[in-house]
Parts: sequence; C-alpha cells; structure tokens
Amino acid sequence: MTREITVLPPLVIVVPLLTAVLLLVGPPRRVSRTLGLAAVLISLAVATSLVAVTRGGQVLVAQAGGWAAPYGISLVADALAALMVLIASLIALVGLLFTIAAGRDDCFVASGWQFLLAGINWAFITGDLFNLFVSYEVMLIASYFLLTHGTTRRQAREAFIYVAINLVASTFFLFAVALIYSATGTLNMAHLVERVPLAPAGPVRAGAALLLAAFGIKAGVFPLYFWLPHAYAIPPGGIAAFFGGMLTKVGVYSLFRVFTIVFPSEGPNVVLLWSAAGTMLFGVLGALAQEDIRRILSFHIISQVGYMIMGLALASQLGIAGGIFYVLHHIVVKSGLLLVGGAIEETQGSGRLDRLGGLARTNGPLALVFIICALSLAGVPPFSGFFAKLLLIHAGLAVGQRAVVAVSILVSLLTLMSMLKIYATAFWGPGTPPRAPARLVVPAAVLAAITLAVGLQPQVLYSLTSAAAGHLVAPAAYVSAVLGR
Amino acid sequence: MAVAVALLVGTLVATGFALLLGRSILRQIIGLALLSHAANVVILMAAGLRGGVPVIGVTRGPLTDPLPQALILTAIVISFGVTAFLLALGYRMHLFGGGEDGDD
Repeated sequence: MTREITVLPPLVIVVPLLTAVLLLVGPPRRVSRTLGLAAVLISLAVATSLVAVTRGGQVLVAQAGGWAAPYGISLVADALAALMVLIASLIALVGLLFTIAAGRDDCFVASGWQFLLAGINWAFITGDLFNLFVSYEVMLIASYFLLTHGTTRRQAREAFIYVAINLVASTFFLFAVALIYSATGTLNMAHLVERVPLAPAGPVRAGAALLLAAFGIKAGVFPLYFWLPHAYAIPPGGIAAFFGGMLTKVGVYSLFRVFTIVFPSEGPNVVLLWSAAGTMLFGVLGALAQEDIRRILSFHIISQVGYMIMGLALASQLGIAGGIFYVLHHIVVKSGLLLVGGAIEETQGSGRLDRLGGLARTNGPLALVFIICALSLAGVPPFSGFFAKLLLIHAGLAVGQRAVVAVSILVSLLTLMSMLKIYATAFWGPGTPPRAPARLVVPAAVLAAITLAVGLQPQVLYSLTSAAAGHLVAPAAYVSAVLGR
Repeated sequence: MAVAVALLVGTLVATGFALLLGRSILRQIIGLALLSHAANVVILMAAGLRGGVPVIGVTRGPLTDPLPQALILTAIVISFGVTAFLLALGYRMHLFGGGEDGDD
C-alpha cells in the first residue's frame, strides 16, 4: 500500500472541518458558496476514489498521529465505509445546492453544513469506539445548531427534546464504552474483534446492550423512535433532506459495524428482528395518520429503518448485503422526497395536505420526480427500492424467517398507500398553485435519476454492497489491515 | 471503595433521570449534566482502583492506566459545550415568552 493512498481517509474529515472554520469568518455570500461547494466536491471526489480502491477488498488504514494500532486512533476505510462516505458527500452536495437555491445559506448554515458533513464522514471511517463517540458529538452539535437556527418558540421546544434525547443516548454510549474497556482493555474495533470472545461475558453483554440502546435511539429503531418525526419537521427543506437522509443512517451504520464484527450473532438475531418488524409497522402506521407532507415523510424514515435493521438481524451475508443496499437506496430516495417536500413548502408556503392541490397541473417535473421517488420508496419496479426489498425478502426466506418477511411486504403496501395519499391530494385535487423554479427541482431530480439508474443496473451496486457485507461477516481482512499483521 | 463508587453512580443516574423527567427546562439541563458526570465516574472505574502511580516520570511500580483519564477529559469538554448550548437554547425559549416551563 502506498503512502499517498493512506492519506485519503483523513481527507474526508479534514477538508470539511477546515472549510467550516473558514466559513465562520463570514466571507461574502459568493465566496462562501464557492468554498462550501468546493469542499463538498472534494469530499465526493475522495470518496469516489475510496470506493474504487476498496471495492476489490482492500482496506485503507491511516493511523492518526503515527501511533500504531491499537494504541493510537485508526481511521479505516473498507468497502462499507467508502460507500457510506460517498453517499454522504452526494447528499451533502445535492442538499447544499437546494439550500443555496432557496437562499437559506447564511454563513452560519454554510459552516454548520460542513461541520455536519465532517462529523458524518468521521463516524463512517473511524475504527475506534471512543472516537466514534466524539464523531457523533461533532455531528450532533452541528445538527443541534442547524435545527435551532432561526426557529420559533414551538420549534425551539421540539429541538430541545431532540437535544435532550440525543444527550441521554450519548450517556448510554459512554457507559457502554466504560464497560467494554474495563472488560477488554481496548477500544479499537479491530482489537475488540480479537478480545471480546476472551473477555468476561457480564460486562461485555451489558456494554453491548447499552450500545444497542444508544445506536437504536439515534437510528430511530422501535421502541426508541418517538422523538424523530417532531425533530425532522423543524428545519427548512435542504437541511431536512440532509438530516432525514443521513443522520439516522449513521446510527444504522454503527449498528451494522458493531453488531457484526465486534458482537457477531449466531444465526438470526431475534431481538433485532422483532424490533425491525415493530419499526417497520409502527413507522408506517404513524405515517398514515399524518396530514402534512414533511411529517408523513419523517414517519417513513422510521418505517424504512426497520427494513435495514431486518437485513442486519438476518445475520447472513445476503441479508447484510441487502441491508446495506437498502441503506444506500433509502438515503437517495428519502432525501429526494424531502427535497420535493421542501420545494413545495418554499413555493406554496405550506406542506399541509389540506392546503395543497393541483400541483401536477402546474408543476409537471416536480410531480414526475415525486412519483419516481415515491414508487421507489414503496418498492415498485423498475426502481432501486424494488431490488432492495427483493434482496431482503430473499435473504429472509433463505433463513426461514417468514413472519418478518410477511410484515415487510405488508408495510410496503401501506407505504404505497401513504405515498398515493400525498399524490392524490397535493398533486391532483383542485387548484392552480404557483410553479416551483427549476433550481429547486433539479437537486431532487438528480436523486430520482440515481434511483432509476440503480434500478436499471442493480447488479453494479449489489456487487459493491456484497463485498462490503463480506468484510462484516468475515472480519479477518479488516482486523489484519488495522492491526498491521 | 468500588461499592461506594457504584452507589455514587447509581445516585447520580437516579437523580439525573428524576430531574430530566421534571417540567422545568433548567432542571432538565442539570439532570443531563448529572448523567454525564455519572458516565465519567464509570469510565474512571473502568481503569480499576489499584492505587497505581501516574505514568509520567516513573519507570517502576504499578502504573495507573492513563487512557480513561484522557477519555474523561474529552467527555467533560463535550458535555461542557453541549450544556452551554442547552442553556443558550433554554434562554432563547425564555425570551420567546411563556417562562421556563417546558410545557407548550
């Protein structure tokens, strides 16, 4: 491995962090936009090369400060981390374009945006449990700020609940870190893979349970999802797309990372399986009860997280590959839908279904983008959602979990129903609403094009996620790369 | 000693959650601060209470594990920052009117 390549993983943290600090100085709008977009594009380019390098099974490791693992902090880019950094940079770019188009990017938002991207990328490529905690905090503090910037009193109250819930989750995380460290004497994930089987079972199990609770709260897993729809209804469209697409998925990613290699499960994980079924079902039932586009979409985030957790809970390579496929598909589609919702709110002044109608008559392109993303979310071919669900159903039947497969099929029907409810009232119905400018539609259209492209060529993405899942099921390559053996 | 620390952590967590469940924003913030203190004490215990000496400048004898202290230091800085943010948010809600009561 050449020296130049191992420089790549830290870049996706360092570039957004430096840009965030520069933007705080408050440069003129044109400079700050150029800087912000340049940083996101650099992150996207680096992530693309990371995916290209790691797709063959190579694991890139950078030891921070030159301290060898397990004593220093390892930054690790394997196939999964590279894919996640790529999708995070993509959503950051599209969301930023929307935020700029809507004129909501003062220097604080622009800076918070970069801090958020840095924290998310950091969470994906860190190979150390405590460092993961720090990256979560960087990400969360940026999200607290973006959530409360320019809010009303009622929104401030809901943001307060979001902050408090996340702080409790962070405390659980710290308790877990302490327990795991006391039992194993290490926090490096690759080192943990070797040490956990030898450690006393009591503290390790307690630590694993606390980690499950901490990540579960952040991912919005049943029964810990109650905070999510309120928080995600607060910020304007572009920020909501970044939040709704990425933030819960960082929790999902951490579950995938830790509950495969560090705490592997022999056969399907029953606790996760039931909580996945509950997440799918209660999320979609919540969505059916809502009358506001943003709130409907927020409840669907919960429901969709259930599918991802189902893939993880099946604990087979096919299941995990399907779960990762689902994560990537969902981030694209959900951000696309939230951007459509944002475009509607920006131009119509409201996202409440009873105040909308006739959008398809005046906003043809917007309606097309919405219906592509909505059908993909529900799992209708030929979009990416169909193949994501197909993989999970296939994996579920392969290990004989018929009940959860039945729930997942029922939930996709209910998802379709709820999406058609938005379409039937907001896009059909009476009224001739104003036209949304193209600059607000294009970012979502890019994402709709991606879900269609993935749907037409699913094997390209599947080969990538399958390789990523292989690393999680058999972590030997990951461990030897990090520990330098 | 370990039992005493365990009792301390239990008290901190119980008090923290009790305050967090109250209606006043200020009490909720104090509750969250107590929870993070409890976590810090648990991390301190993770190194064990062996009574070793600090690593700096000593080559012999039982040494204390320095890592948990580094972890705690980081955790303290983070919880300080977040608490400051929460206080600012609470003050903003106060400015919006309606007092500090957390009810809408």
